[in-house]
Amino acid sequence: MKPRRFDYVRPDSAEEAVAVLAEYGDAASVLAGGQSLMAMLNLRVAEPAVLVDIARLKELDYIRVANGKVEVGAAVTQNQLKDWPELGGRLPLLAAALPFVGHFQTRNRGTVCGSIAHADPSSEIPLVLAALGGEVVLRSQRGTRVLAAADFQRGVMTTARAPDELIVAARFPTQWTRGVAFREVARRHGDFAIIAVAACVEDRNTLRIGIGGVADRPAVQHAPISVAADAKDMFEKLAQELEGYDDLHASARLRRDLLRRVGPVVVEEALRCAA
Amino acid sequence: MRRVNKDERTRISFTLNGRAVSGEAESRMLLTDFLRHVIGATGTHVGCEHGVCGCCTVLIDGVAARSCLTLAVQAEGRAVTTVEGLAAPDGALNALQQAFQRHHALQCGFCTPGILMSFTDYLARNPHPTEDEIRDVLSGHLCRCTGYAGIVAAVRAVSAGNSKQPS
Repeated sequence: MKPRRFDYVRPDSAEEAVAVLAEYGDAASVLAGGQSLMAMLNLRVAEPAVLVDIARLKELDYIRVANGKVEVGAAVTQNQLKDWPELGGRLPLLAAALPFVGHFQTRNRGTVCGSIAHADPSSEIPLVLAALGGEVVLRSQRGTRVLAAADFQRGVMTTARAPDELIVAARFPTQWTRGVAFREVARRHGDFAIIAVAACVEDRNTLRIGIGGVADRPAVQHAPISVAADAKDMFEKLAQELEGYDDLHASARLRRDLLRRVGPVVVEEALRCAA
Repeated sequence: MRRVNKDERTRISFTLNGRAVSGEAESRMLLTDFLRHVIGATGTHVGCEHGVCGCCTVLIDGVAARSCLTLAVQAEGRAVTTVEGLAAPDGALNALQQAFQRHHALQCGFCTPGILMSFTDYLARNPHPTEDEIRDVLSGHLCRCTGYAGIVAAVRAVSAGNSKQPS
């Protein structure tokens, strides 16, 4: 199918972009890589009156290291970050997860921040951002605010972004690089994950575990390593707490079952990797 | 600031296979439709129109991308390469195309233009991919004739040919 008609605007700066968003509010959608939004336009699931194209904004096309975090600008594609030479050393968990994001061809255009903005509950990048306790930087004419990942993603494809705000960057903390593991289950490689599990060792005593595709947003747990060592019980409890949801790809029951099976494997991998 | 209102038709210009092209379109026109219906370059095929099947893959500034998930207006000023740009001006097929022919990597050929463009980009970045890497790139395409084995063999053959060249 083809999109409905819309006004197309391609601002020359982030300042112009937020001015356009201030003018049109929720009638506008931000277009970056378009790997989710364009499909939704074609299927007429999304029908914005105005499309604000930020893909060419050079000022948002950067990856920089500052204050113990890697900051990724809103125009950076998933493959740009995946091929960043410092990624494996600074953000091994993200390096492990990025190959699962879509396909080579969609990662060429899809942006890191776009995936966070889209907020699909089974999506890998928001999961890693949440698991690492990262942040989202939002800019509007009212100013700039920084939200923790947990406060940003509010539910299925729902975020705390106000209609006049532009996501200008995401920040991934770099302090946990020792023991990381990531696994997901999908029908085909590159398809939407049915469930995804990320784990990283915080210190000698604690493990961070992120779970995607089971609740309506990434679920993050801090578990003492002593408890995580008996991961089967922990994931049994988590599966019951998070419940899961039914959709086209899987039933809630299958999601819970996959979590029980995949969770302990990921924890074991992270602990082994840290040892 | 570039702006195209919804009821407006605008002139869109970019480079297609090294040649300047231009045509009129609405803001909502997809690059696939612009290539096929406005320019008349029908080598790029349209399958699912939501980014899943990979038929419509083209290179935009040398990078493989879904043209069905790209607006024509987004290609403005870019260098677009399609399957028509692969063969030599005299029609001689390039190494990848010849390998597809030799290894029976196409049956009906509907998915082929997109797959050729994906591997044109990928082999430029990674001239010696492993079979797993080839299959990973191929996972972004659907071939309804299920001719994947031939496609993998063709790409492997091109990769082997690359290794024979002096570095």
